Amino acid sequence: MVVGESEAVVAPGYGFGFVLDSTMMIITQALFFAFGWLFFMRKLFKYYEIHNVVIQLLFSVTITLSCTMFELIIFEIIGFLDSNSRYFHWHINLYLMLVVLIVIIPIYFAQQVVNAVRVVQRWKMGRFLPLAIWMLFVYFFWKIGDPFPILSTKHGIFSIEQLISRVGVIGVTLMAVLSGFGAVNAPYTYMTYFLRNVSENDIQGQEKRLHQTTDMIISKKKRIALAEKQSLAFEGESAAKQSGMRKVWNMFSGANPNSSENIGALQKEVGALEELAKQLYVEFVDMLLQKERVAYSKTFKGKYFDVLGHFFSIYCIYKIIICTVNIVFDRVGKVDPVTRGISITVNWIGLQVDVEFWSQHVSFILVGVIVVASIRGLLITFTKFFYAISSSKSSNVIVLCFAEIMGMYFVSSVLLMRMNMPEDYRVIITEVLGKELDFSFYHRWFDVIFLVSALSSIGVLYLVHEHTKDRKMSS
Amino acid sequence: APVHLMADSLKKAKIVVLGDSGVGKSSFVHLICHRQVLTNPSWTVGCNVEVKVHEYGKALSTSQSYFLEFWDMGGSPAYKKGRSIFYSNTNGIILVYDRTNRKSHDHLPKWMSEFHCSQQGGASTSKTSKQGLGFFSDSRGSLAYDPESFADQGVPVMIVGTKGDCARSASLSSNITGAIEINLDCNSLSQLTFDSQQTTELNKFFDKVIEKRYFPSYHMSNTGLGERHRSVSKRVSLN
Repeated sequence: MVVGESEAVVAPGYGFGFVLDSTMMIITQALFFAFGWLFFMRKLFKYYEIHNVVIQLLFSVTITLSCTMFELIIFEIIGFLDSNSRYFHWHINLYLMLVVLIVIIPIYFAQQVVNAVRVVQRWKMGRFLPLAIWMLFVYFFWKIGDPFPILSTKHGIFSIEQLISRVGVIGVTLMAVLSGFGAVNAPYTYMTYFLRNVSENDIQGQEKRLHQTTDMIISKKKRIALAEKQSLAFEGESAAKQSGMRKVWNMFSGANPNSSENIGALQKEVGALEELAKQLYVEFVDMLLQKERVAYSKTFKGKYFDVLGHFFSIYCIYKIIICTVNIVFDRVGKVDPVTRGISITVNWIGLQVDVEFWSQHVSFILVGVIVVASIRGLLITFTKFFYAISSSKSSNVIVLCFAEIMGMYFVSSVLLMRMNMPEDYRVIITEVLGKELDFSFYHRWFDVIFLVSALSSIGVLYLVHEHTKDRKMSS
Repeated sequence: APVHLMADSLKKAKIVVLGDSGVGKSSFVHLICHRQVLTNPSWTVGCNVEVKVHEYGKALSTSQSYFLEFWDMGGSPAYKKGRSIFYSNTNGIILVYDRTNRKSHDHLPKWMSEFHCSQQGGASTSKTSKQGLGFFSDSRGSLAYDPESFADQGVPVMIVGTKGDCARSASLSSNITGAIEINLDCNSLSQLTFDSQQTTELNKFFDKVIEKRYFPSYHMSNTGLGERHRSVSKRVSLN
């Protein structure tokens, strides 16, 4: 491009067209914000009351910023909006995202944790504790970058690249761990090969055992209750008659001279029985679930998922092999799948296709699918985790944690997505995230962690499977 | 007499304690049965049973001891499937909600319906089968629950609101007729002293449960027509 041309493009680029584009962006951002808000209210906090609106705000803001990033990539591919506006919005979005992830959420998180701990509330210096914790966080955040050959220190300390590089490391690790586990878990869950058959007899037998154990617990507790009542009455009546030493001895030994019960021993037995009852109950619920899954697998949908599971297992094995190859031979794919697919089509099949046209559309679809799948997958996983581990006291803190993880996850998925796009579209990501970033490092890091995560998941699932099979056979 | 013989000879009544996860059912049951505050409550897996000896008819000259079994169910949604096996032969229900969490209060009708579905064998959940239990279709066509028509044939219900000292809003009114309601604080024993209002209400409820189980004719003659007219019927819809 001639210099004069570019000058002519830049000046009016910040005029009316820019305002229009910005309005467009703001409208879509408002939509994302509403989505985050509603998701928080309806799904996440289904069982709890929302006392703290700031947390809902922070969560929705993080979702908005993440979705905007993806939106801008898609706009880049289809060439929507002016390229200057896109660059501008990219930069603003990234600054905001970094501020939220590194400053706002950690400080608020520290403040919530500090408020929950009662001991600190009486300190006068307690007000400065969140700040101190935040500085500790920043220190460790900085230290993460040291062992990795990410950047040269050419650009000085407080540049965006330094921050993004560290966010990227954390996020890529998270992504790889989740992908590794997901890749192994999906075939395990979907394929009927791994389903254990549970008969009605097994379930009824388990139920009977559960009832028996509960009845034993109840009868022992009845004896304890009666014995305790009697010992209270006994203490009241003959307290005057006993000497001090005898009273102390009775108190410590748990024995009651008026009854033949040994309360201490009974309580120990009850404790053991209660543990057994818990175990039996968990197995019982598991059996009911298995029965449902077996019934589901016979339906049409179940069969469809079974076939899908087979494809996933093939994909999983393929990925593991490719990762190993990448690591061993230290190679990083230079050509993205879109261009490679098209070139294969052109060379082998002999079809004459308009490369640019198709590469644009296929990239758009591919990136779109990846974006939607990863957002959806992450939110569903979060919701499941949230229901499992949260209580009414810890719900706020857990949500903040999630918001932070989510932000880092999405920033690094943008980083990694770069490889899935043709050369032309990679430019904007490279420009915005920093030209000095060694992107290939992140891919190698992803491969390593993915391999580790997938192999450990296989190990863990194998052990769990064998354990439950053994238990079923011995019962 | 040796205690283990006595333990079998005393009659018992079973009370089921229901409510969302984390509202304080286990702490509440522990408080009633052991007169002590539960120091580190953990999530209830399955069903925790506690036993209390209750003197029925304290005011009368002949008071008899009964065992009250409190079956404290784990409230988390993951364990919903297995819960129904514990609901058989219940003589009383205590519904617990958290006063700092409005949603745990709104879920109480769902717990009632879960209980009743299990009584019906749990198999069919169609509208017609529920109508026998006191459900009916209200003007909007949705399934509503008329507590009054089931209160006479069903089990006595009590509602307990916990964590009162941490609650910010005023107490929430219940929509379940015929139910006694009390409010409690998190960690204080003082409300369950010998003659406090809460203890009186609790003892009244326990007496009602035992009456219903062992002296049904006595109970029926007491809940005459007068009480039916006095109680206001409020309909709770379950969607």
